[in-house]
Amino acid sequence: MKISKNSSLILITFLLANLSIGQKSENYTQSIAGSDLTIEMISIPEGNFAMGSKDSDNNANSDEFPAGEVKISPFWMSKYEITWELFYLYLNREIDGEENKSKGNEVTLEADAISGATIPYVDMSLGMGTGSGLPIVNVTHLAASKFCEWLSAKTGHFYRLPTEAEWEYACRAGSETEYSFETAESIGDHAWYKENSNGTYHKVGEKKPNAWGLYDMHGNVAELVLDGYQEDAYKKRKKKNRENPVVFPESEYPTVVRGGSWIDDRKQLRSAMRLPSTPDWKRRDPQFPKSKWWHTDAPFVGFRIVRVLTPPDQSEYEKYWGPKEIE
Amino acid sequence: MNDFNESAKKAQSRRNFCKSTSLLVGGMMLPISQMQGMVNVLNDKKLKLALIGCGGRGTGAAAQALKADENVELVAMADAFEDRLQSSLKNLLKEFEGTKKVKVKDKNQFVGFDAARKAMDLADVVILTTPPGFRPQHFEYAIKTGKHVFMEKPVATDVPGVRKVLEMARLAKEKKLNVVVGLQRRYQNNYIDMANKIDQGAVGQIVSGQVYWNGGGVWVRKRQPEQSELEYQMRNWYYFNWLCGDHILEQHIHNIDIANWFVGDYPVSAQGMGGRQVRTGKDHGEIFDHHFVEFKYANGAVVSSQCRHQPGTMYKVGEVFQGTKGFIETNDAGATYIKGLDGKEVYKYVGFNDPNPYQQEHNRLFESIRKGGVIADAEHGAKSTMTAIIGRMATYSGKVITWDEAIKSDLALIPENLNWKSEPPVKPLANGSYEIPTPGKTKVI
Repeated sequence: MKISKNSSLILITFLLANLSIGQKSENYTQSIAGSDLTIEMISIPEGNFAMGSKDSDNNANSDEFPAGEVKISPFWMSKYEITWELFYLYLNREIDGEENKSKGNEVTLEADAISGATIPYVDMSLGMGTGSGLPIVNVTHLAASKFCEWLSAKTGHFYRLPTEAEWEYACRAGSETEYSFETAESIGDHAWYKENSNGTYHKVGEKKPNAWGLYDMHGNVAELVLDGYQEDAYKKRKKKNRENPVVFPESEYPTVVRGGSWIDDRKQLRSAMRLPSTPDWKRRDPQFPKSKWWHTDAPFVGFRIVRVLTPPDQSEYEKYWGPKEIE
Repeated sequence: MNDFNESAKKAQSRRNFCKSTSLLVGGMMLPISQMQGMVNVLNDKKLKLALIGCGGRGTGAAAQALKADENVELVAMADAFEDRLQSSLKNLLKEFEGTKKVKVKDKNQFVGFDAARKAMDLADVVILTTPPGFRPQHFEYAIKTGKHVFMEKPVATDVPGVRKVLEMARLAKEKKLNVVVGLQRRYQNNYIDMANKIDQGAVGQIVSGQVYWNGGGVWVRKRQPEQSELEYQMRNWYYFNWLCGDHILEQHIHNIDIANWFVGDYPVSAQGMGGRQVRTGKDHGEIFDHHFVEFKYANGAVVSSQCRHQPGTMYKVGEVFQGTKGFIETNDAGATYIKGLDGKEVYKYVGFNDPNPYQQEHNRLFESIRKGGVIADAEHGAKSTMTAIIGRMATYSGKVITWDEAIKSDLALIPENLNWKSEPPVKPLANGSYEIPTPGKTKVI
């Protein structure tokens, strides 16, 4: 069972999580007041890793070079990709007023003050379904970021999109090869991709997890991360930027998308693979200006979330969640 | 850059493109070299464009029109509301910065109920994208004054409106005016491809089908204290039938139109049920949140149609048909499938990267204008509008509605000659809500 509805278990794990701040962190389950749905969060230990591809990786693209040592502070990452059901809690705005009994105190915001996404005119799953356990797609970077802001307001914990470095670190889970699993031949056990997806995404968590217990990092839906895309980001990276590096996006496009999806071949699923987002993902939006919240042609792009131990100062919120006021 | 030539090349490269569509125009099959020569000659005339209805869709359509042809210029805009017009103009100026394609002088920005005519007077091509209730009167004026037209679906909200559009459709053909209706699936490759397959007999005769637009609903614009009742309804137009026609018409018409296109006919009768169970607030006017209708065709084929605006339910937009030789499935994402009677897939077309059908509509329109062709979408646009209207009549009344009796209806929903002092045709009840149609009681014809 991916989404636990056992409230006593939730309470216990929740208390553990709160106790753990500043100490060794544990996995926990985030409840959301007013809903039965929960989000399972996996504790990711601090560490160093080589971000990018080795010169010997024949399948690597030029934007993955040079690989460079990066230091990452501990954080939690959602075990699964965010689902339609979870995103609808934010979209429908029916539980904003419900208070979490054990709310964190890292963030003090009113949920109903967070900008709301527009209800889409069409079926944004493009026929693939929005039922229980299916990952959301066609969301924009802004929509995913605002979901994080809303969830933070609801829970009192600071949630955001993972940085590109955090994402790759978590995906690799200690591995240094092309994928987080040993042999490329076993890719079908770990990932939904072009060869086995049957032309659609699948429920989250059906394949094997990586060594740190994260599911669908490779394939199923590709995942938005916080960073703006720079082709030469690794080449430009200075020594002092090797601790928790991030490139905050300066424009709507391109931003980085990671992990590959049900539509991609196996090369696109590599741990180091970087895909830039493009305005073309809204090409069939008949409105002008086009929606800030929805893509019409990215049925392969979703996201997952992280929580950090030490939230940024309020003055920095917009860097992580986008502008406070949305036109 | 030349989108026009690009699209012409693409059209040429698809051998079956013109079959069973109304897009076959003179010159399309000429070698590319000749065609480009011809294009250059005819491109000399500047085409002036007017946008009537400056919401998000209208602004999008204007942008597509301006990209469809090198020598087109937006010269006039009209909207009931100044703020809508100005934000649309601002966005278009930004998008077309440096191209000189957006040249709407202050005096050619028209606001109010008579704005549409004034703007159309200045144009060769008009985009009609106000709420659908106004479409018949705008279309009538456009055709009588000799304009080429892009108009959004549906093309009316009541039967007198449908009859007017049908009459103007005939006049448009006589006057050799091009009319494209925004049923963009008819400009989307996977649907065109499937229509060809049906023509070629790939599934035999279609005997039944199911068409769907089930989703969570659309935007709501809340009442503001300073608004008159008329202004409120015009702003929150989706929920008022004289403006919108209910979502079975405004939205689900796309799928109903596919049924008509693929069956190759229009239904003789409809019966169904519907209601309003989830979306019941005062801001939700008078429309239903679900409809289920059976459309019966002359040859005996029955297509059931369902549309729903209820969050948290199964969302599905697409179509399924059963033929005497196989099964069809089509969807908006760009995929079509045919299965044999044994359930095995025999044909698949996946066009995720196909051209944007909303852009194609305008590419075809301007291509045809340049070549002296006549695209005549208004008739099927009006008849599919009528199909959705009889669906609505069926769910509101709970009775069997026949095409022949419904098409004679004189029940008009939209008043003539509105101005800001007019009373809207529906008014709130004492408690601030609106009268909801009641099956078994409501009169629809």
